[in-house]
Amino acid sequence: MADKILMKGNEAIAAAAIKAGCMHYFGYPITPQTEIAAYMAKVMPKIGGTFLQAESEIAAINMVYGVASAGKRVMTSSSSPGVSLKGEGLSYLAGSDLPALIVNVQRGGPGLGGIQPSQSDYFQATRGGGHGDYHMIVLAPASVQEMAELTVKGFELADTYRMTAMILADGTMGQMMEPVSIDDLKVNPAPEKPWATTGTQLSREHNIVNSLSLVPEELEQLNFKRYERYQVIEENETRYEEYKVDDADIVIAAFGIAARVSKNAVDEARKLGIKVGLIRPITLWPFPKAPFKKAAEHAKAFISVELNMGQMIEDVQLAIESKRPVTLCNRAGGMIPDPDQVLSAIKEVNGGIA
Amino acid sequence: MNYKRLTILCGHYGSGKTNIAVNMALDLRSQRDNVAIADLDIVNPYFRSKDSEETFKEHGIRLICSDFASSNVDLPSMPADLYAITDDNSLSVIMDIGGDDRGAYALGRLRDAILNENDYEMLMVVNKFRPLTPDAPSTIEVMREIEAACGIPFTGIINNSNLAGETTAEDVLGSVRYAGEVARLSNLPLVLTTVEDRLFDELKEKISPLFCLKLQKRPV
Repeated sequence: MADKILMKGNEAIAAAAIKAGCMHYFGYPITPQTEIAAYMAKVMPKIGGTFLQAESEIAAINMVYGVASAGKRVMTSSSSPGVSLKGEGLSYLAGSDLPALIVNVQRGGPGLGGIQPSQSDYFQATRGGGHGDYHMIVLAPASVQEMAELTVKGFELADTYRMTAMILADGTMGQMMEPVSIDDLKVNPAPEKPWATTGTQLSREHNIVNSLSLVPEELEQLNFKRYERYQVIEENETRYEEYKVDDADIVIAAFGIAARVSKNAVDEARKLGIKVGLIRPITLWPFPKAPFKKAAEHAKAFISVELNMGQMIEDVQLAIESKRPVTLCNRAGGMIPDPDQVLSAIKEVNGGIA
Repeated sequence: MNYKRLTILCGHYGSGKTNIAVNMALDLRSQRDNVAIADLDIVNPYFRSKDSEETFKEHGIRLICSDFASSNVDLPSMPADLYAITDDNSLSVIMDIGGDDRGAYALGRLRDAILNENDYEMLMVVNKFRPLTPDAPSTIEVMREIEAACGIPFTGIINNSNLAGETTAEDVLGSVRYAGEVARLSNLPLVLTTVEDRLFDELKEKISPLFCLKLQKRPV
């Protein structure tokens, strides 16, 4: 096993992207994800890659569009307000079926909001982020090592399905330092991309990458085909972690930093004899409906722990077809629930079902 | 440890400057009366000396710090009482400087006063387990960038090599050679190796001088 190094989550994303063969990064600084750009600025010139600080987030995402069209692994990163600026570009990438990795290290909103951690871009990320019918694959890491692993996975999924993947992290995940192993990351090489605009060499027809489609019948077919692909992804690429769910009366749903906090609360509640478990979605889209549906067969109630005003809770309700009550346990605006708050929510829900 | 009037801690961001600064301020306070910790980080709004504000109050240590540190205002700003560091010669100060050359620019504002008084130590905090400083040459590259940004030459090295909670005694022992190489190539003394309190007893006979760190409480 290779030596571990001590990294911030943001650095782990950058290092893993390079390990995954991403040689092109375009971005614009914003707290709390600036270390990604800082790392790229230091390392890319030394390995013959491209680091470019664009004049805006909008410019950066369109540079991503350019490199993705040429078939190369490419990434941009930002935090919440900056990702909103990229919204148009995300839609164009989807409309052109281009693979790319987008990183959102979320901060409190709406508006310019604050700089402390948040998960309040869940709706934006899982519902596409821009206009039109489309999805992104949304990955939610809960450790610095997972920041690295899901970055690699994000590139691979993006290439496999010709679509954008997003790492949806938060300020804490970006800033916290943990030991990681980058050398040990397994990377599948990028697949052939016969659609890429790399020059015809006078030996093939022109490849055209475009999201404009003025014939409604054709545009409808494009949408149908895209959604057939999304169905394959929902069937094959759903990821989640279960913790003590098998006998649970109460099941917590939480991702990212909220899942780490919730895990502590689960252990504390178990000491008090309350049967609690945790389902941690790792893919937020596709949402892991199956484990929730299964848990609803024995669990009497669910709690959604989030750093927002209640967004994932809707997907939990949909997944269990509203068969059980789902309670929200949350903080917002850059605040993080502590294990005691989650434990109190567990006790309260337990009182209601006992 | 023997302190000069000013102890300036610089290094790669995430090298552990703030934790060392907090511990040194407490150590210095046990030796002297008029002690301050100055948080001059203009780079990082998270994990700041200010997070230990209560501890400083309890021990009678003055905190010289921007009003916006650890707040929700992403404003790179200097403390209002910045010049107390150089104007008040009765004060002994531990100075926590922001990471890399960008953080060190802020220190440059005090360069002339610090060099004229010449009662300072400027220590490079190194951690071989950080991604961009895995060996002596890459670490010295960061050192030179910091010196160029602030205009003050380093006087020593602090070895703070660690893997956070996963650090073993072997990791620390193995890092001394790296830190020694940084010291040799930069022609500066290796002033200290620092270690988390849980490993201190195991290592105190093996590494000298060894400085015990009680870690700041992590927010999560």
